[in-house]
Parts: sequence; C-alpha cells; structure tokens
Amino acid sequence: MTDEEERIRQTREILRGHGGERGKLIPILQEIQARFGYLPREAIKEIAKFMRITEIEVLGVATFYNQFRLNPPGKHPVKVCLGTACHMKGGVNILEAWERRLGIKPGQTTPDRQVSLERVACVGCCAMAPVSVVDEEVQGRVSPTRVDGILLSFELEKEKGEENSK
Amino acid sequence: MDTVDLIIDGITIKAPKGEKILWAALDNGIYIPNLCALRWAEEPHAGCRLCFVEVEGRADPVTSCTEPVAEGLVVHTDTPQVRRLRRTAAELLIAAECPDCGACAKNRHCELQRIAAFVGVKLKPKRLRPTPKALPVDASNPFFIRDPNKCVVCGKCVSVCSEIVGANAIDFTFRGFETTLRPFDVQPVIDERCESCGECVAICPVAALVEKDLRWPKEEVKTICPYCAVGCGIYLGLDEGTIVGVRGDEENATNKGTLCAKGRFGIADFVHHRDRLTSPLVKRGRTFSQISWEQAIDLMATEFAKYRGEEFALIASAKGTNEDGYILQKFARVAMGSNDIDSDSRLCDAPSLEALGHSFGDGAMSNSMDDIERAACILAIGTNPTSSHPILGQRIRRAARKGAKLILANPREIDLCRLSTLWLRNRPGSDLALLMGMMRVMLDENLADLSFIEERCQNFEQFQDCLRDFDLGLAEEISGVPQELLKEAARTLATHKPAVILYGSGLTQHSQATQNVLALANLAMLSGNMGKGSGLNPLKGQNNAQGISDMGALPHFLPGYQPLSDPQSREKFERAWGYPLNPNPGLSLTEMLEAAAEGKIKAVYIVGANPALNMADIRYVRKALRRTKFLVVQDIFLTETARLAHLVLPAASFAEKDGTFTNTERRVQLVRQAIEPIDESRPDGQIACQIASRMGFEGFEFDSPSQIMEEIARLVPQYGGISHQRLTEAGIQWPCPTRDHPGTPNLHAEGFSRGRGRFAPLKYEAPAELPDEQYPLMLTTERSLYHLGSMTQKVEGLMRLRGEELVELNPADAANLGIADNQWVRVISRRGQVKAKARITEASPPGVVSMSAHFAKGAANLVTGGELKLSAVRIEKAG
Ligand code: SF4
Ligand code: SF4
Ligand code: SF4
Ligand code: FES
Ligand code: FES
Repeated sequence: MTDEEERIRQTREILRGHGGERGKLIPILQEIQARFGYLPREAIKEIAKFMRITEIEVLGVATFYNQFRLNPPGKHPVKVCLGTACHMKGGVNILEAWERRLGIKPGQTTPDRQVSLERVACVGCCAMAPVSVVDEEVQGRVSPTRVDGILLSFELEKEKGEENSK
Repeated sequence: MDTVDLIIDGITIKAPKGEKILWAALDNGIYIPNLCALRWAEEPHAGCRLCFVEVEGRADPVTSCTEPVAEGLVVHTDTPQVRRLRRTAAELLIAAECPDCGACAKNRHCELQRIAAFVGVKLKPKRLRPTPKALPVDASNPFFIRDPNKCVVCGKCVSVCSEIVGANAIDFTFRGFETTLRPFDVQPVIDERCESCGECVAICPVAALVEKDLRWPKEEVKTICPYCAVGCGIYLGLDEGTIVGVRGDEENATNKGTLCAKGRFGIADFVHHRDRLTSPLVKRGRTFSQISWEQAIDLMATEFAKYRGEEFALIASAKGTNEDGYILQKFARVAMGSNDIDSDSRLCDAPSLEALGHSFGDGAMSNSMDDIERAACILAIGTNPTSSHPILGQRIRRAARKGAKLILANPREIDLCRLSTLWLRNRPGSDLALLMGMMRVMLDENLADLSFIEERCQNFEQFQDCLRDFDLGLAEEISGVPQELLKEAARTLATHKPAVILYGSGLTQHSQATQNVLALANLAMLSGNMGKGSGLNPLKGQNNAQGISDMGALPHFLPGYQPLSDPQSREKFERAWGYPLNPNPGLSLTEMLEAAAEGKIKAVYIVGANPALNMADIRYVRKALRRTKFLVVQDIFLTETARLAHLVLPAASFAEKDGTFTNTERRVQLVRQAIEPIDESRPDGQIACQIASRMGFEGFEFDSPSQIMEEIARLVPQYGGISHQRLTEAGIQWPCPTRDHPGTPNLHAEGFSRGRGRFAPLKYEAPAELPDEQYPLMLTTERSLYHLGSMTQKVEGLMRLRGEELVELNPADAANLGIADNQWVRVISRRGQVKAKARITEASPPGVVSMSAHFAKGAANLVTGGELKLSAVRIEKAG
C-alpha cells in the first residue's frame, strides 16, 4: 500500500464514524488534521465524496479557519506571531525573513520537509515581541539575524543526524 | 402579481412586492452602481457596498440590493451621504485591485471602470495606498485565465458556478486580504470539476476571469449552437467575416443564456480551421485531385443515373439543417427513386421511434426543458446529461438543488450522483429487469395511478399478466440493485408528481432497446406521469437528430412520419412532387451497409455522416463502403469516411447557411448565416438540388432555405404553421399545425397522439453479449462533455481538455490485471482490438470498463459490436 492509499484508508475509517450532514464538516476536518497533522489532498477528496459536495467546497471551508493546514508540518514547525504587539514591533519583517530564507510562504513546508512556516495570532508573550514559536518553544525578540541562527542550528542537527546514521 | 408603488428620485414606479430596491430602480432606468448583485442569487452577496441609497424615515443609508421595496417608500439614490459612501467603497475596491487598465484585456469593457467613472473616482487612487497582491495567475484552462490579483471578490462567479451551472467548481479560499478565488486544482493541473463552460468568465465584471485572446466583435448574428440536441441559442461575434467570440442568448427559452464549453469556445476554431475542405476532390488512384464544381456535378449526374432505384443509398447526418435534410430525402426519393435513406442518428433513435410510436403514437420528447426543471421528480436512466446534454444537465442540477427528487439508474458514477435522491447502480444492460422490478413494486403496493390508466390507456390487463412471474428477487439478481432501493425508487416516482422520465443512448444502443423503451412507456403510464408537466423523454444526440427524422430521412417514413406504406401518404407526396414514388420501404443504415458489403448497393451518397468512425464494428463498415462503385462524401472535413470516397464535396458549415434545427424538445429554431461559405464550400441542400436539376428533375429550384421551409410546412402537418419569418424572434415547438398556433411545449398532456396510451407486455431477455471467461469485462461507451463528431477534434482547447481515448476501469480490476493509471492497454473484443491509456477510477464499477468512442486514434468502435454501447472485452497490458 502506498502512503497515499494508506491515508485514504485511514480517512475512510474516520469518516465511517460520522454522519453525512453538512454541519459535521468541521469535526471531520479536525479529526483528519489530528490524525495526519494536516489535511492531505486525498483526504479532502474522500471527505467531499462522503459529504456529497465538491472538493473545492471542502477546501473553502477548511481555509476559512486558521486551524487547518494543507501541508504536512515540517520537522521543525515555525510559527510567527503577528498579534498586535508583535505586529507593532515589526513581526511582518520577521515573517518576511523566514519566508526569504526558507523560500516558502506561510502554510507551506520546505520541499525537504524540514521546516514549515505558519502565522499565528498572539501567543501570549507580548513582552518579548516580536515572537516566533520554533519547535513549540517561544523565541523572543527575534531579529533577521536570529532567524539565520535558528536555521543554522537546524542544519547542524541534520548533519549530526546523518553522521550518526552512517 | 402583487405590486407596490414607491418613489425613487421623485419618480413614482411600480415594483413587484418583495423585489429589492436595486432591481426596481434598474428596471425603471434608474442606475444605482452595483458590482456584486445578482437577481437570481439565493442570497444577496452584499459585499461591494456600492449600492447605497437613502430611504426617507431611515437614519442610515441602506444597501439597495438587500432592501425590499415597500408601499410608499421614498428613495434617494444621489444624496451627499450616498455619494460619499459609494466613493469610499469604489476606492477600496480599486485599491485592492490596483488596476493597470492600459495593459488589461478588458480595458473599456470593465464594470469597475464604468463605476469609477460614475461615482467620480480615479482609477489611480491617492487616498488609499494600493496593496499589490502578487498572487499566482492560473492559465491552466485552455480558454481562460484566472488572475486573482484583479479579483474584486464580488462572488458572482461562485454563485453562477453553483446556482446556475451547478458544477460547484470554484470557491473562495482563505480570508480577508488573502481571499483567493480558485478551483480545487490550479496550474499546472487543469481542474476536473470545472467544466470549462465559461459562465464565470462571462459574468466576471473585471478581468479576474477573462477569455484568452479576447477580441471584441464588431457585429453579432443570432443563431443556434451546432453541437448537441439541446440547441442553445447563441450570438456569433464577428469581425470582418471572422468569428471572434460566442455568447449565450439570454432570451432563448432552452438555454436562457448559458452555454457549455463546446458552444462557447468550440465554434470559431472548427469553422475557420485550415483543414476545411475547400473544393471538390476526385480520387485518382490513391490520391485526391481537385476538380471544379461543374465537373463534380456532371460526374454525379452521370454516375448516379447509372444506379437509380435500389442500387442507391443516401446517408444523411443529424448535423444538417431541416431544409438540407428535407432536400436530401427528396433527392433520394425523386431523383434516385430510392427509399434507402437514413441518418446517423438512427442508431440511438430508431428504438424510440418504434416503441413510443406503439405506446403513444409519437417518438419525440413529451416535455420541454422548462417542465424538467419544474418537475417534482426526475428519473434519468442510461444517460449522463451533464456530459451529453450539458445545459439540460445544468437544469437538472438546478431542479435537484431546488428540491426535486432525482432518481438515477446508471452503472457508472456520474456527476449527478452528488445531487441524487436515489442512485440505482445497476449492471450494464440490466435496465429492463430494473424497470420491470419497479413496476412490479407499483402493482404490489397499489401505487399505480388507476384512474389515469382507466381514463387514458388500454391493454393494462395484458401488461399486468406479463409481470406476474417477474418477482423482485429476480430484478435484484439481474440488476444488482437491492430490492429496498427498487422499492424506494418506485414509491418516489409514483408519489411525486409531476414526474419526468429521461433516457439516453445508454438505454437505446442495446439489443433490447425497443423493449427498454416500451418498459419506460409503461412505467410512465403506470405512475400516471403522462400529463401536464410530466412525461417521457428520449434525449436525442446531435443538434438536429429530431429534425432529420421529422424531415423524413427515414427508410419507412415520408416527411412528418407519414408512412410510406400508406398509399394515401404516397399519393399526397407524388402529387406535391410531381413524380411517382417507389413504394418499397428502404433499408435502414445497418441494412444498407450489409447490402453494400454484398454488392447490392452500388452508389452511396453520404452527407455529413461519418459511419467509418461512429458506427459499431467500423472495420466492417469500412469494408462495405470500399466495395461500392461510386461513393460520394460531402462534409466540412476529410473525415475517415471521406477518405474512402470516390468523390469528396466541400460542405458549408452551420455558420455559413440559413435554415432551422429542431432540438431535442421539438423546438424548431432559426439558424442564420453569419459568414460567407469558406472557399468553395456550399450548403448541403443546395448541392443536392444542383445534382437533381442537372439530372433533369424539377422541384429543386429554391431561392433560399426559407422557400424550402414553405414546402415543408405545406407537406408536414407538425410544421404546418412554421416559417422562417415566424421563427425570427423565438423557436416554436412542434406540433404547430397552423400559422396562428403557438406550438406545443407538452406533448400528450391532454390526450395521446394515437388516442389511448397502449401498455405493452414485456418479456425479459438477457443482453445479446454477456461477459464470459475469455472476455470477462463489459465495455460501455460514454460521451465526453468536450466532444461531439469531428468538429470538436479540430478545436485545440477541447483537445487539451480531452485529447485521447481513455479506458476507464475500477481499481479492483486494475489491481487484478496489474495495470497502473495512465499505462497503455489493449482492449480486445470478439471483433477487434484497440490500444488506449488506462484511467483507474471508482466511477467505473468492478467488471465494467468504458471508452468514449470519439477519437479516430484508438477508436473504440473497432471493438464494439451490434449493441454499440455494450460489448464483452478483455484488457491486457500493451507493449
Ligand atoms: S468554467 Fe463553468 S464550471 Fe468552470 S468554474 Fe467557471 S462556471 Fe464553474
Ligand atoms: S473572479 Fe471576477 S466574478 Fe469572481 S469574485 Fe473575482 S471579480 Fe467577482
Ligand atoms: S453543445 Fe449543446 S449544451 Fe453545449 S452549447 Fe451547444 S447546444 Fe448547448
Ligand atoms: S502579539 Fe505576539 S505574542 Fe502577543
Ligand atoms: S451591489 Fe449591493 S452590496 Fe454590492
């Protein structure tokens, strides 16, 4: 079974536990995201078929809420805060720094699946603004240089990992 | 209708109760700027905030697209406050769109420009900083571009795609500033839900959805789409003799302005294609050489004269006009003394003609499309209308959206399944068992409409007898549909009136086709659904499939279904035409080819038909045609059939001639010449008239197609009141016996054409070809949304949407055979084999594979047999 087939199988399993009324879409999406960490394309197709709506209707609902991801999370999830305080302190510039270095947009994952980027609202550490949450750890007073530093540490860790596996 | 009086800008106007102020104003020539309002929308979008007005007695301005009219309301559309509000709204839209009008395809045709000018703001706003979006542009669709950067988020495209088209192919994703309109798949993939109908493009007020290579026409000609039997009204946009665009005719009762991809984007490319035949060609050895029309007509006059009588056969096409069709059958009967005339729509239509003639006395659709959209219940069997009859498909989706019960009987999963109340996934070829099962339930559960039967039908007892031994268990066993579902379907159909029944070629291209149609006729009568707004509807295939039969391009019938066997009918035509008629019934298309293969038919004149590709078992067809002594093929392209001909004649396309088409709902509509015939091509009827005259026959001197229609009206009772003059404004549904008759939208509504509706006893028979060990799969042929005949294959964009033959099969069958998606496979039947790519999909049930039979390469009809739609096959990996 390919990964894709496996995801279809698991999606169908989840769907079996739900009724087909439209109101149920959000709970279904939540359960799928909990299982895979994101909403895989083939899962969206299965959900559409199950709900008897089209794929884009599912996608329209899913993207309306910030809680859903369309790409698998990277090994290192990066969440950039754009809450009011962080925004005032140049959060947008930090987001741009991440985007530039990683070559991806918020909601995307680098092709090597190492880093995923997301934008979030206030994470409650306004005093440390601008804030990025990296690997579930809050990084305060982030600057573009700090972004480079964090990425470098990912690189080093990856190299170490490769060496160990040799 | 209840109306109210209100005053807008000092003018007193009347408006229907509940109408929104915006529409009341616009209807009375008072303009209120608006960008997102749609009259038909289920919910007003109310997003653009341009349509503010002040209503006396209300503190704040209101959006006129949401505010209903009321008695005595006093409305002002142009107060300082309104002006201020809508200027801000316009500036916000412009700032979000940051227009670069000079470089835009819709410059000077853009609604935003018009509104900006009206409210008095510049398109380069100073007050609000423009915020460029830099979202990726999607040019994957062959016909149009989606540029979300230009989108003003008016929502019209989403509404039209869901509420009118019913495809639900696009929606907004994300929120706020990042809101992006998109289909599920974007560049580089062409989205599959999107049907490329272009309705969203037509409605987009700006250039966020815009046709590629957009050209604005200098003039327009109103005519009818040449593709399918829906018969959509179109306007051909012209610039110096070239078709540069097509738009839907909003006043046309059939399509009400919408079109499918073929009609909207598939016309100019084939009409102006470089492969159009440009002069007569005669075969010398193995190649063709050009000759003049003079020479061609002479050649035909001499050659045809050698084969007068039953050595001559004519195959007409359902593509041509009624006038062409009428002339062709007159040519065969008068000039050639032969009734061997048939058309390429014969294969799907003959069973309906025969069976419905027996049951009701008429082989046409009972209903109009308006009835179908209004019905409480729709049963669609053996048809996939969203592909084969796209605009009818849209109307069925709209009906289902509005709550009509939709029952489908189809082995394959089709788009309508998404909206259906019940889907009976029966085995291919098991329709008869399924229908007999449903009728059994109606009798058992006393659902039959006995008063209707008593009042309007006959032969009910005999019919009841035939079902006595047919129990539900057998129906389930044969069809594979669970008994409970059959019961549900029978109950739903019997209790939701009016109900309409539709069927297509999935039901008629079978060995038991006639039985199938008789069963449907019984079902319609049994459930009492042959009255006002209800009925039974054979969906015709090509644009003029109905008309070509009406015109008597049939071996057994003179024009207007007047039987050739009836001496009185013959006498009527002999008197009118001035020549004796051959009383012997002619051969049907299949019989003609057999006779040609045996050498009995020596000269064949094929007009617009392409049997060497479209008929079942084309190897045999080609062999038969090769045996003829003189084969003339008249077409717009050098088709597979034309290649076999001794003489090829260049025909004019629909855009180059006047005439009429009769659509599937019996609506006779005017086809108007938009451009001069390409090169030396000529209209079909004109060519036949010239040959007949050259052969010395009279009665072929017509100045124009409208004169031909005058002769038709004199001889064909159903067309008695029809003239080109009367059709100028709108089409008329036959029967229309007299000049002052309005036409007949609903056949059999009061009484059947033959008097009483006749029940027919049925006998279950298995399909002629069933799968066995050697050929374990059933092959069905399906119609692609993007193709019909040879014309669409000349349209590059349609070929990009679907450019090759595909064999669709279920994942389980694919796994058994070790076949991967997109892999080349060989489909082998008892008759031949063909290579095509595999497409693995659950739309195909296990044990069933399907192909489209449109393409010359990998032609499915190399393997199909007598039943055309159904053959047993096996599949092997190729190469
Ligand atoms: S082209 Fe037709 S089907 Fe496709 S998105 Fe537009 S309206 Fe919908
Ligand atoms: S694409 Fe056009 S029609 Fe659709 S929302 Fe944007 S502006 Fe409106
Ligand atoms: S092909 Fe049929 S549905 Fe499409 S535009 Fe032409 S007539 Fe209408
Ligand atoms: S705004 Fe960023 S942490 Fe509060
Ligand atoms: S037209 Fe009323 S808000 Fe857009």
